[in-house]
Amino acid sequence: MSSIGTGYDLSASQFSPDGRVFQVEYAFKAVENSGTAIALRGSDGVVFAVEKLVTSKLHEDGTGKRLFSIENHIGMAVGGLMADASAILDIARGEARSFRQSYNVPISLKYLNERLSMYIHAHTLYSAIRPFGCAIIIGSYDSTDGPQMYMIDPAGVSFGYFGCAIGKAKQTAKTEIEKLSLKTMTCKELIKEAAKIIYMVHDELKDKQFELELSWVGKHTDGKYEEVSKEVYEDALKYAKASLDDDSGSDGE
Amino acid sequence: MEMKQHNWIPGNFKSVPDIGRSAQNDSVQHGWTPITTTTSVLGVVFDNGVALAADTLTSYGSMACFQNNPRILTVNKNIIVAASGEYSDFQFIRDAVEEKVRTEISLNDGISMKPKALYTWLSRVLYNRRTKMKPLWSTFLVAGIQNDEPFLGQIDKLGTAFVDEQIACGYGAYLALPLLRKGIEEKREKSNSKLTKEEAVDLLKKCMEVLYYRDARSHDKYQIGVVTKDSVEVLDLALKPTWEVAKLVQGYE
Repeated sequence: MSSIGTGYDLSASQFSPDGRVFQVEYAFKAVENSGTAIALRGSDGVVFAVEKLVTSKLHEDGTGKRLFSIENHIGMAVGGLMADASAILDIARGEARSFRQSYNVPISLKYLNERLSMYIHAHTLYSAIRPFGCAIIIGSYDSTDGPQMYMIDPAGVSFGYFGCAIGKAKQTAKTEIEKLSLKTMTCKELIKEAAKIIYMVHDELKDKQFELELSWVGKHTDGKYEEVSKEVYEDALKYAKASLDDDSGSDGE
Repeated sequence: MEMKQHNWIPGNFKSVPDIGRSAQNDSVQHGWTPITTTTSVLGVVFDNGVALAADTLTSYGSMACFQNNPRILTVNKNIIVAASGEYSDFQFIRDAVEEKVRTEISLNDGISMKPKALYTWLSRVLYNRRTKMKPLWSTFLVAGIQNDEPFLGQIDKLGTAFVDEQIACGYGAYLALPLLRKGIEEKREKSNSKLTKEEAVDLLKKCMEVLYYRDARSHDKYQIGVVTKDSVEVLDLALKPTWEVAKLVQGYE
């Protein structure tokens, strides 16, 4: 890498001569090493799906989750360094709480996104601290704003999305997401597609074991963010595996 | 300059201990009288749950100021709380409790607060505040299901807390508590069993009527909250008062 040995990659507060901040670029690399996480925004809500790589057979099922609840109506998917993500989760929950204490209404996702983006961005400006090695996707649903979704990268840049992906296979996942007509699809349809995409982009050769995580927030959950029920999970899993078998079958022909 | 503030004596090069200032700065009084108040709350344990009753009036002195102010709070699937006394203090506690519940949901570990935990927490908060000479001017009744058993407890503004099968605070302690005890006792003598849900609710209705006629700060609209092992509900009820008998009351002119 061009950055190594030049001395310009030691601090987040110094540019390289060609105008790059290497510490921030390294943070992006940290995200690219993590298992894929995607989120899809449909007509009536947002669904999240995560490929949680299981690094040890000794881990208990369902631990080390990468989908979190920030507030009643806001969910978050993360990729990258989990400890950094936990720190951001804490900040996000604090923001949501203090907003509610001040105004007695739930925080809007737009405002939360602004606060979190600036917080993450502030960590790319000083030599004494290191940027966050994680990217996050936040999504919400409420009756006035409808479904909302934002993705924030380690530089603190954020955009609103209909579909987005972070982690190892984000490119392949994005290509798959683009094939869906997101704006007209409902959560119940999207959750299956999300599961399918995670199964599709998973690289069996490099990472053996993984656990699928699914959650959503939308009209059908009464605006509450929650993990999907066991039945929905099983259905989505079945759909994902079935369509994978179909694909591999047709490849062989 | 610093020394002057600490009773510096001219000619001395040291300060002497503060021996007090003029009496008006000695102490500050806080909240010695409630302003916007609510009256009695009644609670009774029945065979498989607990019922609470409280009217919806908030008084400002003797003025019936806010006539549709509910004060039975559904905390989660197995706790309800009702308060009497200063309404703003109830609101303060309500906001804190709702915050606790939201935090709990966010943790997503499937564990939810039990009534005894909330009862103990409230007793610590109220006792702490009275120790600071800033009491929260409220009495709380906590009702719920603790490990499949009905639970009913009261905490007052001094932090005094106790558990019982029938509790009434405010005027209810004088007027309704004997009626509640009589109702429970009669049932026990008749069939050696506890009240059923219907009997408990009927008993509370009777007590609320008695209170309405005799307590000048009461109201004809009220609520009854019922918590059982598999349900929580808050009923909106209204009395149909008749003052026909008023003219028969004699000897008080």
